[in-house]
Amino acid sequence: MTLQTVLLVAAALFSVGLYGALSQQVLVMIMMGLELMINGLLLAAGAFWWFLNPTPTGQVLLLVILAAMTVEMAMGFAVATLVHRHRRSDMTDDATELAG
Amino acid sequence: MTDVLFWSLSVVAVVAGVTVFVVDSMARATYALAVSFVAVGATLVLVGSDYLGAVTVLMMVMEMAVMAVYMVMFMGMNPALMPMSMVHDKRLAIAVSVAVFVLLSAGVLAVPWPSRRGVPAVDPTTELGRDLMGDHMLVMMGVSVVMVATIVAGLVLALHRGRYQRFGDDLRTRSGHPRHGGGR
Repeated sequence: MTLQTVLLVAAALFSVGLYGALSQQVLVMIMMGLELMINGLLLAAGAFWWFLNPTPTGQVLLLVILAAMTVEMAMGFAVATLVHRHRRSDMTDDATELAG
Repeated sequence: MTDVLFWSLSVVAVVAGVTVFVVDSMARATYALAVSFVAVGATLVLVGSDYLGAVTVLMMVMEMAVMAVYMVMFMGMNPALMPMSMVHDKRLAIAVSVAVFVLLSAGVLAVPWPSRRGVPAVDPTTELGRDLMGDHMLVMMGVSVVMVATIVAGLVLALHRGRYQRFGDDLRTRSGHPRHGGGR
């Protein structure tokens, strides 16, 4: 296990998530793509902490990434609820106009 | 032993990540995403970040539970039985993601990373707690404010009847339209 190998795995996770975020039409599936991207970031940050800067400051960065993931999750579910209420659908194609 | 564990967890994380977009039901995709996150959380534990690894696993298990509730609530059926393949611009998305992976990999391989520097504290969790309550208190305060703002924003978005429905766009006079709650 080296820094390079961990970063390569993180890059793979990020790219897979990017594919999902770009290609999916269902809001929840797009959220899954974004979460996979953040998953890759989390792994990369953990690797940087372990290999290059094993101080508490590095762990604080991981905590901030986890917080960002929480915000994405909460806002995603709220937007999905809003779109479903107005359009009776959870597809992005039905949410091109969010106003009323 | 560490290498074997790392590679096993890495394969599980990436394969489960790919599986999210390959399986034909949202429920299976949810399970696959949970497996991917558990593998990454275990990798964090492997590199000594026990607390954040455990938080990652617990948080994602909770999120998958919320996602299951969401699916039952809005789909009204067993989501595991509903095949789905709802994608657009699949070729473009694959091309972009492969290009990003190649770019990131090239950067990872091209940079002359230094060998490992420093040694973590004996108890990184305790050190993290001390740091958050000390030098990085501002980070904790900032995250707290963001979390409160997220709760408020989530409620505003998800509420069935907000102030716009009751008062209309100008927010001064109550809308007379029954759909907007006029007369009630």
